[in-house]
Amino acid sequence: MSATTAGRDTPGIYHKAGSLRAERRWALWTAYASLIFAAVIFLAPPFYMLITSLKTSGEIAGMAGNPWLVRDPTLENYWAILGNPLFRQFMLNSIIVTACVVALTMVISILAAFALARMRFWGSQVLATGVFLTYLVPDTLLFIPLYQIVGGLGLLNSIWGLVLVYPTLTVPFCTWIMIGYFASIPKELDEAALIDGASWPQMLLKIFIPVALPGIIAATIFAFTVSWAAFVYPTAFVTTPDNMPLTIGVVSQLVRADTFAWGQIMAGALMAALPPVVIYAFLMDYYIAGLTAGATKG
Amino acid sequence: MAQVSLRRIVKAYEGDVQAVKGIDLEIADHEFVVLVGPSGCGKSTTLRMIAGLEEITDGEIAIGGTIVNDIPPRDRDIAMVFQNYALYPHMSVYENMAFGLTLRKFPKAEIDKRVKEAARILDITPLLERKPKALSGGQRQRVAMGRAIVRDPKVFLFDEPLSNLDAKLRVQMRTEIKKVHQTVNTTTVYVTHDQVEAMTLADRVVVMNHGVIEQVGPPQELYHNPATRFVAGFIGSPAMNFIPARLEEASGALRLQLPQGIVLDVPEARTARYRQHAGKPVLFGIRPEHLTDDKPTDKTNPAPLSLTPEVIEPMGMETLAHFKLDGAEISARLDPATPASVGAPLRLIAHMDQMHLIDPTTDRVL
Amino acid sequence: MAADGSLAMSGTAGVSAGRANSLQRFARRRSTIAFVMTLPLLVVIVGLVAYPAAFGIYLSMLNRRMTAFAGTLNFELLFESETFWMVAFQSCFFAITAVLLKASIGFWLAHMLHHIPNNRQRKWRGMLLVPWVIPPALSTLGWWWMFDPSYSSINWLLSIISVPEVPWLGHHWWARIAIIMVNVWIGAPFFMIMYLAALKSVPEQLYEAAAIDGATSWQRLRYVTLPMMANIISITVLFSLIVTFANYDIVRVLTNGGPRDLTHVFASYAFQVGILSGNIPRGAAVSLFMFPILAICAFFVLRSVTRRNKEQM
Repeated sequence: MSATTAGRDTPGIYHKAGSLRAERRWALWTAYASLIFAAVIFLAPPFYMLITSLKTSGEIAGMAGNPWLVRDPTLENYWAILGNPLFRQFMLNSIIVTACVVALTMVISILAAFALARMRFWGSQVLATGVFLTYLVPDTLLFIPLYQIVGGLGLLNSIWGLVLVYPTLTVPFCTWIMIGYFASIPKELDEAALIDGASWPQMLLKIFIPVALPGIIAATIFAFTVSWAAFVYPTAFVTTPDNMPLTIGVVSQLVRADTFAWGQIMAGALMAALPPVVIYAFLMDYYIAGLTAGATKG
Repeated sequence: MAQVSLRRIVKAYEGDVQAVKGIDLEIADHEFVVLVGPSGCGKSTTLRMIAGLEEITDGEIAIGGTIVNDIPPRDRDIAMVFQNYALYPHMSVYENMAFGLTLRKFPKAEIDKRVKEAARILDITPLLERKPKALSGGQRQRVAMGRAIVRDPKVFLFDEPLSNLDAKLRVQMRTEIKKVHQTVNTTTVYVTHDQVEAMTLADRVVVMNHGVIEQVGPPQELYHNPATRFVAGFIGSPAMNFIPARLEEASGALRLQLPQGIVLDVPEARTARYRQHAGKPVLFGIRPEHLTDDKPTDKTNPAPLSLTPEVIEPMGMETLAHFKLDGAEISARLDPATPASVGAPLRLIAHMDQMHLIDPTTDRVL
Repeated sequence: MAADGSLAMSGTAGVSAGRANSLQRFARRRSTIAFVMTLPLLVVIVGLVAYPAAFGIYLSMLNRRMTAFAGTLNFELLFESETFWMVAFQSCFFAITAVLLKASIGFWLAHMLHHIPNNRQRKWRGMLLVPWVIPPALSTLGWWWMFDPSYSSINWLLSIISVPEVPWLGHHWWARIAIIMVNVWIGAPFFMIMYLAALKSVPEQLYEAAAIDGATSWQRLRYVTLPMMANIISITVLFSLIVTFANYDIVRVLTNGGPRDLTHVFASYAFQVGILSGNIPRGAAVSLFMFPILAICAFFVLRSVTRRNKEQM
């Protein structure tokens, strides 16, 4: 660390010592200035959404004054949106779909990752590469054939159609990072368990899952955020408001209702965004571990 | 408790690479056997085949009279201590030790009794509730051993268990392992690359190299009567000196003609053994401890020679001097009181009753 | 597993033949368990990715009513349509500009974060990642409101420094810029996090060695940081290219392709043609155009990842 070399003061002998320190202070100020600037820009839109959601329709419509400030804050938009049965239905749909998808994803990817990381078998290497490749396939590439397939199954305009297709978004990545986490468990640990008398299922349940718990939490968070935020599939497959999850529901139904319902729209959007944000706030380290795991572990 | 027999054990990997090339070994009940050799010599593979962690390509392994080739590790009734301890990080020390018994559905009271007993033997009773992360290296090592002890298996397997410890702790744990073996007296197979560990722990040492057994024997025998050049060079520290020489016969006595005109007399007791090799080039092997400074002694057939040291290493209780003789590196152990300095010729004595002669074509000790 | 090889070498053929069989059986059983465990994954990959991909190719070769095989007709018609070429241009322009901006902003911010004391980094990192955490469709809704022609809060801020009103979503170039702005706002934090993780994995001793060798801070960045991060940078950039190129949410919420279909990207155009106008085959053909570009990116991502794995071993 150059901090220690710069911090040591040897006046007289090394003329540069003082300038080094100045240089470091300058670098620190640049860093803080950039970060503050970035933070203002990055947080401005959600802040503005919050401000808008606290305004009355009248205040929003009134063009006078600073739109970034609220004069009489009110929660009426929140009460209104919470009282809207459609919005509550969106919320419920989102919760059901996300819960099912997360559970499904975790079972599929933990089982598969365990087999791929520990039980070398014919084609396991190919399959691991295949998992990574499917992770790179974006949802917009396949939504049209999937639309036909889901339609053929009679699952258009149904949340179960979403439960069926969302795993394409979550399973590849979750499997991929679980392979990484499982592979990082020392081999001696399963050998010790093998000698201690564990069978494969016992090894998975009693050793791998508890030891890789941070990875499992990270993968669960990922699956949750992705299914909560999924937009392309519900937009394509669901057109009846009753079956819409929050994302497309807020975007398509609330906006259509009334031009000056901006306060309510923003309140709805913020509440829809709340669950991932709350999870992020409380489990930030796991969230970030999951984000970076794909590139640093794989 | 049981004996272990290895019969013509072969381990081959894909592409016909043989890690273990058909070894035979009988390990008696209660015996402490150490497999020692450089890395890649097949010692760990052999141990892992006994454990059932590697498939046996050919040959048979029997534990307690039963052939175990097809028996999975959990049914072999063995316990193993790993180099990196392999403690389950999410379990407390107690749970770690109890895990094998829990899986085998032992009654709770029995588990508790065994864990407490093992903890007492290993002196880790106060640590039972801790997680492995909160333990020092030596403590983890004890827990790993405790996990083996509670199982009361037929055989203990140790895979380089002390390699991850610092030098001081290693010596301490070495004594500890020996003590535990004296207490529980279970048949033990121990793998290490450290010949000092092998010598101090073993009832019998198995020296392996390139997938074959070079020699099996009690530590003292390996030291005094190595069978091959490899064993001679591997056992003992610093390693034995090997000097190319010529065995010559003159009027019934044998002499060794060394480079730089040095001539050493072969003791009479060895004459009969070496006579048939007279006139041939040989390797003269002598340990540094048998190449000492010139002090008048009588019993050891001293043969004088004079060499100029290149490096002097004072160690406290002794001083090591390193020489070069026609390309051969030679070291000698000197009395620390001897005034030795680099570049000044030093008179040495070779204790010829401890000499070894090696056939350079077969690498076998004559 | 290696049973066949061992048989050839064994002297006692009879005994080991029987054993090899049981060993083979053991290995086979393990393979069977592994196969059963990966089966659900296989169902997802084959049933929901590979099959739809093949089905998509088939769909793209049908006629509009999906009653007859039309060969490459859909592709030919697209090649002749001016809108399609506009969409192709806009997709590439959008993806390349946005990724370059995200990568540079992310790199800069990661560097700045790396400079401040460790105990403060967490807080800043936490704040700066917020745009990435909010579901994009919802945050884009917020941006839409900020771009609103009559109530634009951005224009209000610009008016303070006497910049004339910007027709954000009304003019196609401004709309394109707006789309890029929102995408950069969402994606830059992701780059920042990835680069920060990579920066932290560069051993401090390398910087110390470089400093002692007389490297200036710029030279340290040029000769130590960048080479050490080259792989992670390429992985992130290529990955982001794929995601950005295939983006749908932002265009759908912000402009819905307008004005005059001038801001459509492949994804939104395919949606427009395939789902909204009901021309499924044509829509499938449009989204298939993304495939070659995505495949090239995927190939390079995979290569970087393999290389990185080798380096780490």
